[in-house]
Amino acid sequence: MSKPEFVYVSYIATTAERMWAALTQGEFTQTYWFGRRIESTWSVGAPVTFFDRGTDVRTDGGVVLECDPPRRLVYTFRPEPDEMRRWGMSEAEIARHSSYSRVSFTIEPHEGVVKLTLVHDQLPDEQSARDFREGWAPILSSLKTLLETGKPLPPVQSVKEKSQANR
Amino acid sequence: MDRDQDRVFKALANPSRRHLLDRLRADNGQALGAVCAGLEMTRQAATKHLAVLEGANLVVTIRRGREKLHYLNPAPIVDIHDRWIGQYERHRVRALSDLKKALEEAHHE
Repeated sequence: MSKPEFVYVSYIATTAERMWAALTQGEFTQTYWFGRRIESTWSVGAPVTFFDRGTDVRTDGGVVLECDPPRRLVYTFRPEPDEMRRWGMSEAEIARHSSYSRVSFTIEPHEGVVKLTLVHDQLPDEQSARDFREGWAPILSSLKTLLETGKPLPPVQSVKEKSQANR
Repeated sequence: MDRDQDRVFKALANPSRRHLLDRLRADNGQALGAVCAGLEMTRQAATKHLAVLEGANLVVTIRRGREKLHYLNPAPIVDIHDRWIGQYERHRVRALSDLKKALEEAHHE
C-alpha cells in the first residue's frame, strides 16, 4: 500500500453538515476553491467535474469512490489535459500527469467543532505533490474562513496561474 | 484561536522539534523508527517532542496497517500566515521569498 503524499488536518468551527455542503455543492466551492464549481450526483462511480467559475469550461475531473454523508468523501482527481495546456505545460508533461490521484476527506465531530482531514495520495510524482501542496493551503484556509465567518477570503490566483503570469 | 496558536509557538520554540519538522518535510509519512533514525536524541526524547508537535496539530499521524505514520500538517502554519500576511500580500511575499532564495543559492555556489 502506498503511503499518502499529503495530509492536512484543520479544526473548523462549523457542523459536519455544513462542511459536507461546502465540499459537495458547486455554489460553495466556487467561493473558496479558485472559483471552481464542483458538480456530481455523488453516487459511487459517478463522475466529479470541476468547472471554471460561471462557465462550462471543465478544469478538473474524477470519479466518486466513496460517499458517506456527512462523514467521508473520496474521489479520483486529475486536471483536464486542456486545463494543463492552458497552464502552458508541454505535451510530455501532460502525458506524465494523465493518471488520476486520489482525494479523501474525512469529517469528524471534535469537541464542538469539526475536524477535517484531507489526504491526497497516488500523485504521479514529487513535483505534482509540491504543486498540489501549494494549491491546497489557500483552498483549505479559505474554506475555514468561509465556514467560520460566512465570508470567503478574496479570490487568489492558483499557483499555476501565478507562474503563468510571471512567465 | 490564541490558545491554539500558543501551543504552535511553544512547539516551534525548540530547535529539536523544528528539526523533526524538517525531517518530515523532506520525507513525509514516516514511522517512529524512521523519524528517530540517526538523530542526536534518544527515542524517548523524540517521542516526547513528537507528542508536543501533535498536541499543536503540527504533526498528525495516520495508521497504515501496523504502522503509525507521522505527517507534517501545514494547517496551523497556514493559519498564522493568513493572520498576519493575508491573501492580497501572498504573491508579493512569495516573490520576495523566491528572490531571497535565488540570491542565497547563487551566493553559495
